Amino acid sequence: MNIFNLFKIAYKALLRNKTRAFLTMLGIIIGISSVIAMVSLGQSSSQSINNQISSMGTNLIMVMRTSQRQGGVNIGSSNVQTLTAKDIDAIRSQAKYVSAASPLVNASGQLVNGANNWPGSVQGGNSELIAIRKYQIASGTNFTEQDVRSSAKVCIVGKTVGDNLFPNGENPLGKTIRFNKIPLKIIGVLESKGQNQMGQDQDDVVIAPYTTVQKRILAITYIHMIMASALTEETAGLATQEIETILHASHKLKPGQENDFDVRTQKEMLDMMNSVTGFLTVLLAAIASISLLVGGIGIMNIMYVTVTERIKEIGLRMSIGAKNKDILLQFLCESIILSLIGGIIGILFGLLLSYAASKGLSWPFIVSIPAVGISFLVCAATGIFFGWYPAKKAASLDPINALRYE
Amino acid sequence: MNEIIKIEQLRRTFQVGSEEVHALKGVSFTIRPGEFVSIMGASGSGKSTLLNILGCLDRPTSGEYFIDGIAVSQRTKDELSILRNRKIGFIFQSYNLLPRTSALENVELPLLYNNSVSSKERRAKAIKALEQVGLQDRMMHTPNQLSGGQQQRVAIARALVNDPVILLADEATGNLDTRTSYEIMNLFQQLNNEGKTIAFVTHEPDIAVFTNRTIQLRDGYIIRDVPVSTQSAKTALKSLLVSND
Repeated sequence: MNIFNLFKIAYKALLRNKTRAFLTMLGIIIGISSVIAMVSLGQSSSQSINNQISSMGTNLIMVMRTSQRQGGVNIGSSNVQTLTAKDIDAIRSQAKYVSAASPLVNASGQLVNGANNWPGSVQGGNSELIAIRKYQIASGTNFTEQDVRSSAKVCIVGKTVGDNLFPNGENPLGKTIRFNKIPLKIIGVLESKGQNQMGQDQDDVVIAPYTTVQKRILAITYIHMIMASALTEETAGLATQEIETILHASHKLKPGQENDFDVRTQKEMLDMMNSVTGFLTVLLAAIASISLLVGGIGIMNIMYVTVTERIKEIGLRMSIGAKNKDILLQFLCESIILSLIGGIIGILFGLLLSYAASKGLSWPFIVSIPAVGISFLVCAATGIFFGWYPAKKAASLDPINALRYE
Repeated sequence: MNEIIKIEQLRRTFQVGSEEVHALKGVSFTIRPGEFVSIMGASGSGKSTLLNILGCLDRPTSGEYFIDGIAVSQRTKDELSILRNRKIGFIFQSYNLLPRTSALENVELPLLYNNSVSSKERRAKAIKALEQVGLQDRMMHTPNQLSGGQQQRVAIARALVNDPVILLADEATGNLDTRTSYEIMNLFQQLNNEGKTIAFVTHEPDIAVFTNRTIQLRDGYIIRDVPVSTQSAKTALKSLLVSND
């Protein structure tokens, strides 16, 4: 029997039971579409995170304080006061691979403009902070080194802060706002940057000279963090090592003594996020594959029922000249057709689903060609694997018994 | 070659547990072209076993069976399938039509298992077979839209479509009322007049009278093999109509 006839016979047999064929396919449709959707969404989310981290600059280097023990007592990291503005001077004067470095001092509180107020934080830095954080000044100016030296009561605000303190559309530039009773004159407004990968609003920010935050607001002499830029993305590794060496020396730590700070690059963040989303994608795909397996077992179950139900038909086909091989191939074909059509519908449905979801979450829509290809192969394999045993059973029937079967 | 079927000392033994059951104990006969033979016998007489062997569904334990000059006994399963496909037309008591499938497609079925027939030929042959049994205007009906007699006609058309050397009917009128049985026997007589060789298994003597030879089996032996003074099914049908009035 030729292939064409074979498919025709199998196809007609399936058409005789449309509802059942569809319900059987549904298992495969759900299985495949969830695999496709999960893989595709996983990749979309990781792409979206990649895009946003890259937009922050992969040459960004952050120096954090690490937790310390003093006389056996762990004092945590927030009480560590070893990071100071002197470290910035050391980095600036000694580092070759660092293009800019700024301290970061953070104070949170309520921002007030007359009757309007807004909860926020003021981030203190030097004049390079804006460039390191990849902000742009939309109007006004950045503060100067002179402002830093004199702890000037000036600030630069992000769009969200400006909109909330000046709800009537006034230009915030030149106005004075209050932060924890300290008046700050707005000398610049930042270009809007939107949300970062964590969903934080990057426009909800106030930047002021770090000395202002240190002396006038927090009354401290240390800094919370250092932010620096490597010359290029490629030299970020070298710059990291350099900063570590410089700070190790300037903190007067003995050789081999553990650092009281931690240098991180954005690339590490990126790698970490990628490994998390990669793991999630694999996990989701694994869960979705279980539904595919269930769908396959559904096919096997139905094919078994079909064989039992059609014993007389099998007997008849044998009596009019079907060979065992013909019967085997017919039933195999039926299960392959079921799983392939189910698979194609599943792939389309899965792509549609992930398209809708990625649009809804404003993530990039990614069609994972390997996932589609593998799903298709899995479909064909499911059809053969789960169809084989029932088909074998059908083919091994004795025509005499099958014909007399009631 | 003037024998369609020739069997010599046919034996068939079944192993049931530790016991041997002899269903056929040495049966010999020949069927010549154009004969219309009824094979009769009570249940357990071996007629089903004989029919299975004649239909190439089963192989004899010993003895030889020739269909259209071809020795069957030593054939493989696949070769038997081909013999069934090319040489034999089966007709069953319960019709065995595929449900939800048109009469035309049911009749086409045997030709689907014959690669040398193109789809165009297949369609043409199926239409011709349906015309032969008088169902030219019921071709697109599915079995559940047809009466029992019409369904059996579709089954007969399916048996005719591959132009077999012999039609094997197994209690073909067993599920039908008297009148429809006579109609079917009338159709068999017409086909026989057109030259078809037919072997008709039945246990009803009043059906066997429409054939022209009766082979009677009992306990695995032929006890009677006699020509029949054939009655016309057409006449029987007419008298039935008269008596009903």
